[in-house]
Amino acid sequence: MKGLRQLAVAGAVSAAVLAPVPALAQSKIVKIDGSSTVYPISEAVAEEFQKAKKGAVRVTVGISGTGGGFKKFCRGESDISDASRPILEKEMKACAEAGIRYVELPVAFDALTVVIHPKNSWVKEFKVEELKKMWEPGAQGKVTTWNQVNPAWPKAPLKLFGPGADSGTFDYFTDAINGKEKASRGDFTASEDDNVLVQGVSRDVNAVGYFGMAYYVENKDKLKAVPIVSKGSSKGVLPSLETVMDGSYQPLARPIFIYVSEKAMGRPEVKELVEFYLKNAPKLTREVGYVPLSQQHYSMALKNFASKKLGTGFGGKPEVGVKVEELLARAPKL
Amino acid sequence: MEAARDLGAIRALIAKHKRWDMIFGLCGLLALMIGVLTFAALFVDMAIDGIPRLNWDFFTSFPSRKPAQAGILSAWVGSSLVMLVTAFFAVPLGVAAGIYLEEYAPKNWVTDVIEINITNLAGVPSIVYGLLALGLFVYQFGFGQSVLSAGLTLALLILPVVIVATREAIRSIPQGIREGAYALGSTQWQVCKDHIIPYSMPGILTGVIIGMARAIGETAPIITIGALTFIAFLPGAPLKAEPPFVSFEWLFSGFTVMPIQMFNWTSRPEAAFQQNAAAAGFVLVLMTLAMNGFAIWLRYSLRKKIKW
Repeated sequence: MKGLRQLAVAGAVSAAVLAPVPALAQSKIVKIDGSSTVYPISEAVAEEFQKAKKGAVRVTVGISGTGGGFKKFCRGESDISDASRPILEKEMKACAEAGIRYVELPVAFDALTVVIHPKNSWVKEFKVEELKKMWEPGAQGKVTTWNQVNPAWPKAPLKLFGPGADSGTFDYFTDAINGKEKASRGDFTASEDDNVLVQGVSRDVNAVGYFGMAYYVENKDKLKAVPIVSKGSSKGVLPSLETVMDGSYQPLARPIFIYVSEKAMGRPEVKELVEFYLKNAPKLTREVGYVPLSQQHYSMALKNFASKKLGTGFGGKPEVGVKVEELLARAPKL
Repeated sequence: MEAARDLGAIRALIAKHKRWDMIFGLCGLLALMIGVLTFAALFVDMAIDGIPRLNWDFFTSFPSRKPAQAGILSAWVGSSLVMLVTAFFAVPLGVAAGIYLEEYAPKNWVTDVIEINITNLAGVPSIVYGLLALGLFVYQFGFGQSVLSAGLTLALLILPVVIVATREAIRSIPQGIREGAYALGSTQWQVCKDHIIPYSMPGILTGVIIGMARAIGETAPIITIGALTFIAFLPGAPLKAEPPFVSFEWLFSGFTVMPIQMFNWTSRPEAAFQQNAAAAGFVLVLMTLAMNGFAIWLRYSLRKKIKW
């Protein structure tokens, strides 16, 4: 039995190392790199595209983070850059200096979800102002109990969980809630690994945390999502496929992007992959726990791609609560 | 009377010393168990989570967004190829450097400085090697984010380990062997070739494999030089049917390795991916254990052949 297993392992090793893999001399490789938030979608697309092309085109997906991804992209090392936020001014400059031009395409929504312990009985919804009271830089060391945020809540310790400062999720949340990117109190439990945050909130009845919706959907039995009341509204909205798509879940929903380099677009396999990406995004984003854009958005994105509408609609500054159709219609800047 | 009292005092003293002996023994055992039991608990926990996922498909499938279909093919092939490159460069360089330092180098301050630095290099954090390699191999030499760059990086990482192991092994050879060979008119190279290298081989190989076992679990330097996360094809085969029969294309191929695949799975939301991560971790630990086991076997069987 043991000998047999050894034989099998040895066989597997030699088969995989020596197997005559089809000649690769002209193999076409498309390189995607960038944000870990966009990664699951790009991975799904890469997987399906390779299957559809029966191995004639190879796609690799790396995770260097949005910023790291743009660095590589602007050096011409990747064909497509995954980004959980729009390209920033200094990155635009780096790209321009290297002569890299690009098309900006939104591919899905990422909805940040604020969660509490399922046994938390006092929170029915969060107003944006309440979230701000909890998370703003001035709250550090001062706002430590629930009743300091809202007098109707008990005098229980407030335990905060959130992503670390290198995360695009952190950037967006601080921008949307505190009004300034990266402006946050520092005395909360931070982790780059969202599963650690899930564990943290699910073990403490006084906890509050935020992360991408996919992590909430997978852990619905351990967590409770909180409806968010946006500014100027009176009704709390829970994050869901519908509320994110129709734009009523605000301000914590944001579009996420891919950037395609103009040079790479000239290669038929890249062009085909991007079209495949936008056409299959509605199904594949849903499969990996993200919220797709509307059909109209994808058609507009396809049109922008076909007409090589080069540049970014943001002009180098991230915005909160941007409407995708309006963004796609803007005259982009390089 | 006097004698009996003395005897009592001595007995008490012995009993006290024995008590201390036992207390230290217990402390030592406790210290050992903290290490062993922690590892055992982690390993068993990982095995319980991971073993149900281990089947043929897991080893022969590429990563996938569907946890049940995802496998570690590109990861273990990538890890194996990188290790191959690492061994190819680290062993000859490390062994030659070790032999030179031990047998040829004049004993002066330059040699001393080099020796101190090699020992220090063994303690440099691996991320530093990654940053060095990013600048040197990936950009300066233009090897790109390839198997070759990764292999060279890890080769640098384990070079000090190999050099130190080589020197230790050479030092354990009795001086009489050298003197005997010189007395018969051997040159320095003949002494090395016919005596020093063969006799120190078990020790050298053990050092090499222990270094490799460290390298296979390294993640930081590999991420720094830009290993991929999703790659659903294998690097080109090294052997081909048509001339020139050997291909080195795989050296320049993109790749991923086991620890990166594992890390990616642990950060996914779906619980099923955590199982995949545990299974991949289990395989990685087995790979490391197998390498260490091989080192022990090699040392044992090579030593048997040496007759002085």
